[in-house]
Amino acid sequence: MRPALSYPTRRRLGRVAFYLLLAAILIYTVFPFYWAVVTSLKTGSALFAPDLWPGEPSLANYVAVFREQPFARNIANSAIVSLTVTLLSLFLGVTAAFALGRMRFRGRRPTMMVVLGVSMFPQIALLSGLYELIRWLGLYNSLWALILSYMIFTLPFTVWILTAFMRELPRELEEAAIVDGASPWQTLTRVMLPLMAPAMAAAGLLAFIAAWNEFLFALTFTLTNDQRTVPVAIALISGSTAFELPWGNIMAASVVVTLPLIVLVLIFQRRIVAGLTAGAVKG
Amino acid sequence: MTRRTSPLARRRARAAWLFLAPVLAVLAVVAAWPLASTVGLSLTDARLDSADAPRFVGLANYARYGPDPASWDAELGGYFLYDESTDAMLLYREDQDAFFDWETGEPIVGEVDRTAVFQWHGILTDPVWWRSVWNTTLFTLVSVSLEVVLGLIIALTLHAHMPGRGLVRAAILIPWAIPTVVSAQMWGWMLHDQIGVVNELLLGLGLIGERLAWTANDDTAIWAVIAVDVWKTTPFMALLLLAALQMLPDEIFEAGRIDGVHPLKMFWHVTLPLIRPALMVAVIFRLLDALRVFDLFYLLTSNSDATLAMSVYARREMIEFQDLGRGSAAATLVFLVIAGFIAAYMALGRMDTEPER
Repeated sequence: MRPALSYPTRRRLGRVAFYLLLAAILIYTVFPFYWAVVTSLKTGSALFAPDLWPGEPSLANYVAVFREQPFARNIANSAIVSLTVTLLSLFLGVTAAFALGRMRFRGRRPTMMVVLGVSMFPQIALLSGLYELIRWLGLYNSLWALILSYMIFTLPFTVWILTAFMRELPRELEEAAIVDGASPWQTLTRVMLPLMAPAMAAAGLLAFIAAWNEFLFALTFTLTNDQRTVPVAIALISGSTAFELPWGNIMAASVVVTLPLIVLVLIFQRRIVAGLTAGAVKG
Repeated sequence: MTRRTSPLARRRARAAWLFLAPVLAVLAVVAAWPLASTVGLSLTDARLDSADAPRFVGLANYARYGPDPASWDAELGGYFLYDESTDAMLLYREDQDAFFDWETGEPIVGEVDRTAVFQWHGILTDPVWWRSVWNTTLFTLVSVSLEVVLGLIIALTLHAHMPGRGLVRAAILIPWAIPTVVSAQMWGWMLHDQIGVVNELLLGLGLIGERLAWTANDDTAIWAVIAVDVWKTTPFMALLLLAALQMLPDEIFEAGRIDGVHPLKMFWHVTLPLIRPALMVAVIFRLLDALRVFDLFYLLTSNSDATLAMSVYARREMIEFQDLGRGSAAATLVFLVIAGFIAAYMALGRMDTEPER
């Protein structure tokens, strides 16, 4: 059968279809956030008109979000919790990864299994146990409750990712260090750590994003507005009545907490992808 | 076979455990202990709003035929029951399996109609729980399938050589990086019944006749949740698959092209089998993640009895209804479902414990 269209035409049509598909993918992934930005710049009745561009862009919603609730405090809380969790996970994770990635000992494989298993724990299964533990420790409604509980999901994948990277470092380096009489601790801190910087960045970013976005524990273990993190604060923004949600404020708050993440993602996308694939794909 | 170990090797093994100790200690405190305590609580009648010491109730929180657990009276040491058929107040003592007159304390003479005062209790007999199981299952199956198909399409598209690929790859990471709470709010706004842009668009295209209350309506709410999850998680799937695609040698595709193999055939017989291991890992991760879903259901739906996920049901029992025992039982069941999946997967030998590339 002779093709109805000549080869160049088909090729050109193929190109057009390809770019249409690409455009569809881009619109699908980016439009909701674009819409949030547009909404956050609209006020009054403009909010209820489906214009793709704000007629009279205004920052009033952003001002309102910070004035009507302790949103700056919420951001600070999120930053404190996420940074502390990230640093703790990296420190603990890199020591464990050194043992799991570079040393031979009995019980290594079972330990890896345990770490992997824990990373799949449903958070809900720990909720009542953690709740009791946190109240017993007197940490209820404090940021420490969140820092403690977030280790449960940041630590396993930090260990996992760092172990994956640690195994790829050349063996000779370590042997040279041992021959020179370095202790394991010196080998880790002086020889391995500098080489692990890219992996630490990848794992750290993932831990930071996971902690910044967490909702269930933050919702359950904090009670007052000044201890809440950003996700809970945004979820609980309410209007005068349940039917009159201040959508402009909600979208402004959403944009404020998402922009730093998007900047991080745009700058570090290679690292993040490397971390994600080291954590999951072992094809 | 025992191998003789050198002193150096032994010293290094000791060092290894020393290096592991902090992580294992932290995991014991934040994972093992709370999990054990959740399972323990699920066997008691612990309540958040009561200072009484929790009482061991066996599997009553899961399923039991007997007196209503809420009718337990610690002072009387039994269950305080009202028998409608005889209009009598009864005290049921479990240890003696006998009924007493609650005022006089005398044993009841004659048979008590147990069917009048006993019922099935526990979450396994609660239709709301089973509805949440169904919702979670439907959500998991539909959203993971859609994510695989869309993820493959996006990965294959991005795999093509083209200008600005890095930028596109960064753009599709955006939904993944956005906090779930923000995604839920953004989509809640877009799906708003009166002023949402989705209704506006569908009306304009003539696909719907009137504005729909996507999230407020119990029948459409789960589909809204699925749509948001697919939007949020497909990029993750696409990136993992893209990474797998990029590890395949170009020569295979080169050869296929020269031999004039149809691209679809090529995909089905060559590409798909080659990326299958990566696909399987991504799917199992997503399955486990979807089964424990909480945020999207909690934030997007009205949280009516018909629109709960398993995790939402468990938290509602625990925190909103203050029934720590019953909520813990539901949480334990979620854990068992997921542990069952992991065990099955590991037994199939697919889980590689070596994180190597």
